[in-house]
Amino acid sequence: MSIVENSSIDLAPAISEAGVADFFALLKPRVMSLVIFTALVGLVLAPGHMHPVLALTALLCISVGAGAAGALNMWYESDIDALMTRTVRRPIPQGRVAPREALAYGVVLSLFSVATLGILVNWLAGALLAFTIFFYVVIYTIGLKRRTAQNIVIGGAAGALPPVVAWAAATGTVAVEPILLFLIIFFWTPPHFWALALFRADDYARAGVPMLPVVAGPDATRLQILLYTVVLVAVAIAPWALGYFDAVYGAASLVLGAGMLWLAVEVYRHREGQPALSAARRLFGFSILYLFALFATLLAEVVISTLAALFVG
Amino acid sequence: MDDKEPLPGVILTEKQKRRRRERSIAIALALGALVVLFFVVTLVKGPAVLIRPM
Repeated sequence: MSIVENSSIDLAPAISEAGVADFFALLKPRVMSLVIFTALVGLVLAPGHMHPVLALTALLCISVGAGAAGALNMWYESDIDALMTRTVRRPIPQGRVAPREALAYGVVLSLFSVATLGILVNWLAGALLAFTIFFYVVIYTIGLKRRTAQNIVIGGAAGALPPVVAWAAATGTVAVEPILLFLIIFFWTPPHFWALALFRADDYARAGVPMLPVVAGPDATRLQILLYTVVLVAVAIAPWALGYFDAVYGAASLVLGAGMLWLAVEVYRHREGQPALSAARRLFGFSILYLFALFATLLAEVVISTLAALFVG
Repeated sequence: MDDKEPLPGVILTEKQKRRRRERSIAIALALGALVVLFFVVTLVKGPAVLIRPM
């Protein structure tokens, strides 16, 4: 056998076998569903009337923009995705989508979503969506993720922006309420992802991603989770205390906040073996419910008061 | 004169052909939806479609 015959270089043109489902998976549909939901809450909370077609257009553009950012994230991270159990099934590490296809797909969707939002709704919303995509891809994915344990703390801003974009789409401006929603998601992100990182620490260590449990150890992470959860619960109660959201939201934020705090304390207390892993998993699971329930409360209040006004008026 | 048979070039497998067709249809549907969206928003906004607040 000659050296040439043993070469693994493949000169055949790469013909894509990627299916539509693979391109849909590149959009990170589970993350996108949370973006759609939080953006919807930003839209319905905004004052004034927005035509339903424009509201749907804004939601579509925000969700496609978020999906585009997800595709660009998968393009850049395909090397470490291949090393982690949680991400190895993604289309690029599986070889179903070529990295250049994901890059082109993400860039085209980014441009179309921003331009469409700007042209059809308003350019403040378009600019904020462009900034969200830029922050997630360039600041978080390329700049922070592989360099610092504070990656998800700073990067969390990208995930927190959709309700602000939606509010801007509805009103053409930014106010205190969407910033409060931004802060809730921003402070929710660290305990949520660090809880995940506690039971996926091996994955992150193998891929060389400096998540807090890998760099500072699980005990320091547990303390940080507890501290951030205290701040999160206070930030989530603040809109009610300051009079921006009403008592129903206040009660929900207190009850749900008590649950988050209790589970964060459990994570702090249980440091060894299966109880420690279970506590982290419980906090991770509940944190999703927590954010969903807080925003669902706001959504339900607006829907109920609108229906009441319709039937009474 | 060159009487050689032309090279066959790249021959797609059935799977590659099927997937390419699926992708083409998806792109066509997405572009069609975009056209419809712009048309509908033009109707909704009326003459104000060109007035876009910053």
